[in-house]
Parts: sequence; structure tokens; C-alpha cells
Amino acid sequence: MTALSALILRDIRIALRVGGGALIGVLFFLTVVVLMPFAVGPDLALLSRLGPAILWLGALLASLLTLDRLFMADHEDGSLDLITMGRMPLELACAAKALAHWLAAGLPLIVATPLLGLLLNLDMVATGAVALTLLAGTPALTFTGMIGAALAVTLHRGGLLMAVLVLPLSIPVLIFGVAASQAVIVGPMTFGAPFSILCALSLVSFVIGPFAAAASLRHGLD
Amino acid sequence: MTLIDLANPTRFLALTARVLPWLAAATVILLAIGLYQSAYAPDDYQQGATVKIMFIHVPNAWLSMFVWGVMSIASLGTLVWRHPLADVAAKAAAPIGASFTFLALLTGSLWGRPMWGTYWEWDARLTSVLILFLMYLGLMALWRAVDDPSRAARAAAVLTLVGAINLPIIKFSVDWWNTLHQPASVMRMGGSTLDKSFLIPLLVMAIAFTLLFVTLHLAAMRNEILRRRVRSLQMMQASRVAFSSELGTGSHQENASKGAA
Repeated sequence: MTALSALILRDIRIALRVGGGALIGVLFFLTVVVLMPFAVGPDLALLSRLGPAILWLGALLASLLTLDRLFMADHEDGSLDLITMGRMPLELACAAKALAHWLAAGLPLIVATPLLGLLLNLDMVATGAVALTLLAGTPALTFTGMIGAALAVTLHRGGLLMAVLVLPLSIPVLIFGVAASQAVIVGPMTFGAPFSILCALSLVSFVIGPFAAAASLRHGLD
Repeated sequence: MTLIDLANPTRFLALTARVLPWLAAATVILLAIGLYQSAYAPDDYQQGATVKIMFIHVPNAWLSMFVWGVMSIASLGTLVWRHPLADVAAKAAAPIGASFTFLALLTGSLWGRPMWGTYWEWDARLTSVLILFLMYLGLMALWRAVDDPSRAARAAAVLTLVGAINLPIIKFSVDWWNTLHQPASVMRMGGSTLDKSFLIPLLVMAIAFTLLFVTLHLAAMRNEILRRRVRSLQMMQASRVAFSSELGTGSHQENASKGAA
């Protein structure tokens, strides 16, 4: 257990220090949201209708782009080899790394959501709903995106290819995240049903993500 | 003859060389029968003659999912049993599956225009098949991005299996999201709702398309094996050329030093 918490603490510390780049994700999120009014026009009614979708897309892209470095930095300085050879099961180590990544790069996105909701003319309830769905949904994005990060490090190739591979897998999360937020704002649907499916998707990804990432690391590193 | 006997590529090539002509002939005969029957199937009382698109559309749509299933089994073969031909099978199946998926989308869109009044609709079934198509393309991009086949094979195998788990999730999520496509009418509880005059040609076409896939898949696997042989021969030759030129410069330098002495 101490090894697990040590790994999580180490990853968070590295991500938050100079060169870690966790907070760049928030800056990217902000930039994407600011770009939107330029694309669709500064129509406040339209922006508040599109708001949840814009916030979800921004968060999806931000979490995807920061994931590229999840294993790459450790691979470059050799600590990934130590983790692979260590006594901790590789699946558990992958889960710990993903959790640390979510704490360092995913949580700040959710903290920034109220401010960005203000820019998109969302009221308190809508902003709260989007923040809550992001809180439930972004772990799923991190844990499925981890599979892409593991493939990227074994193939020495990241960027666009990984985005193409991982983005289709994140479609269910996007659908239910936006559906739950829209249910609060306009919808005839209840908030509960899509929100519980969103939580279920996160739980499923906790199981699949670490195993698939560990499998591709184990087979791919040499 | 078990699966492990086929681990020898030469034996696999010999076997497929004998089987392939028969498979191709069976495919052609069944396709001819199926097309003849579909051409003479009665018109639908609502849809008229456009219902005949179904005989092409439905087998393509079935195979688009069937091929991902074949690729998933092959991926298990790569990761678990390390069968040498498993990754050849997975790699050869991806473009064929992508073509079936594309044809399902294309014929569906041509059928949708007269029936629904639109070529494309963000409906659950259409969207999930489109995502399947994107995933096929992603897999093919992955195969092309890495030059070492065994490394690419393991990465693609992990991704195929994750996709196999994720495809039902995508399907149900878009079902929830929006829907227009009709529900299943052939394989459902309580028997088929399709009339016999439609059902029989459809089943013949489905079997013919499955045989077509098997034929194309085996042929593509042969090509892939031969392509890998050519590649390793080329690499051997390249290394031989490099080695001999190194020897050549070495002896040349030796002569030069001798001359200087």
C-alpha cells in the first residue's frame, strides 16, 4: 500500500512541478472554450444552449492531449522499466498512474468549469450539472485514454494516431455526459438515468483500462 | 489437422492453395443463386422495388460485425496462444471488414434516401456503424504506422479486444441517444417477421457473403505471408550488400595501408 501511495504522490508531484505540464490542460480547455464564440458568433442564447456540449468537448480534448505524456516521460528516463520489473502488479501500477494523472490534470478542469460556464452564459444549476457530470465522467476518459498512452509508448509514436484510436472509444462517455447535463437544463429526461450510466462507464473503465494498458506495456516494451 | 498444425506458414500456404479454388467456386455459385432469387423476389407493398437493396445491405451489415469478431479471436490468438498466423489473420481481415462496413453504410444511405427522405440521419444504428468504420480505419492506420510487424501485431491485438468490449457499449449508448432505424426483424425472439419469399434469398445472400469473406480473407492471408517473406528476403539481401561493401572498404583500406608501408 505504501508503494502505491508513493507512486501516486510521486506522479502528482512531477506533474505539478516545472516541466510536468498538468496545468497546461486547463489553459488549453480555456482556449478551446474561448475559441467557440468566435466560431459560432457571440450569441448568448445560442452559447448557453451549446454550453454543456462545448464544455464537454473541451474537457475531452484537454484530457486526451495531456495523456500523451502519461508513460512517455517515465519511459524516457527509465523509471517505467523499474515499475514494470517491480513487485507491484503492473495493472495496479497503471491504475495508480492514471489516478495520479486524473488528480493532477483532470480535477483542475472541473475546478475551472464554473468560470468557463460564466463565459458561456450558463446559470448556476447548469454549471453545477456540467461540473458534476465532468466529475463522474473524466475518470473514464483518463482510464480509457491510458490504453492509448500505453500503445503510444510501446510504438514510440503518439499524437494524431493515438487521438484517432482513442476518440471513438470515448463516444459513450460524451453521449451520456452531455445527455445528463442537458437533462438538467432543458430535458424531459431525468438527470438520474444518464448520470448513473455515466458512473457505470467510469467503473467499467477502471477495470478495462489498467488491464489493457498493462497488457500492451508487458507485450510491447523490450 | 488441428489449428497448431497451421502454425507452419508453408503448410498453411499449401492447404489454402488447394482449398481456395473450391471456396471461390462455391462463392460464385451461391452469389449467382442469391442474386437471381433476390432479383425475382416480389416487391414490397410499401417500399416497392427498393426493398431489393436489403439483400445487399443486410449481409454487409452482418459481416461488418462478424469480421470484428474474427479479428478479436485472432487477437486472442496473438496475445494468449502466440499463434504465428494469428496476427496475419487479424491484419488481413481489417481492410475487408472496413470494406463491408463501408458498403453497409453506402447501401443503407442509398436505401434511406427514398424511404426516409435523407441520405444520412444521426440515428443510433447508423452512428454506431459509422463509429465501427472509424475504428476499422484506426486499426489499419495503426498497422501502417509501425514497420515492425510483431510489435504492431501486439498493439493492434490489445486495441481490437478493447474495441470488441466497447462496441456493444457504443451500440447501446447511441440506441439510447437517438433512433430511427428499424429494430431487428430476422434474428429476434419469437421468430422472424420477414416473409419466406424475402427470408430465403436473404439467407442465401448472407451465406454467400460469408463465403466471400472467407475466400478473400484466406487470399489476403496468403498475400500477407508472401509479402513478409519478400520483406525478410529483401532485408537479408540489403544486409548482405552492406556487409560486403563494408568488407570491400576494409580490404581497400588494408591495401592502402600496405601501400603506405
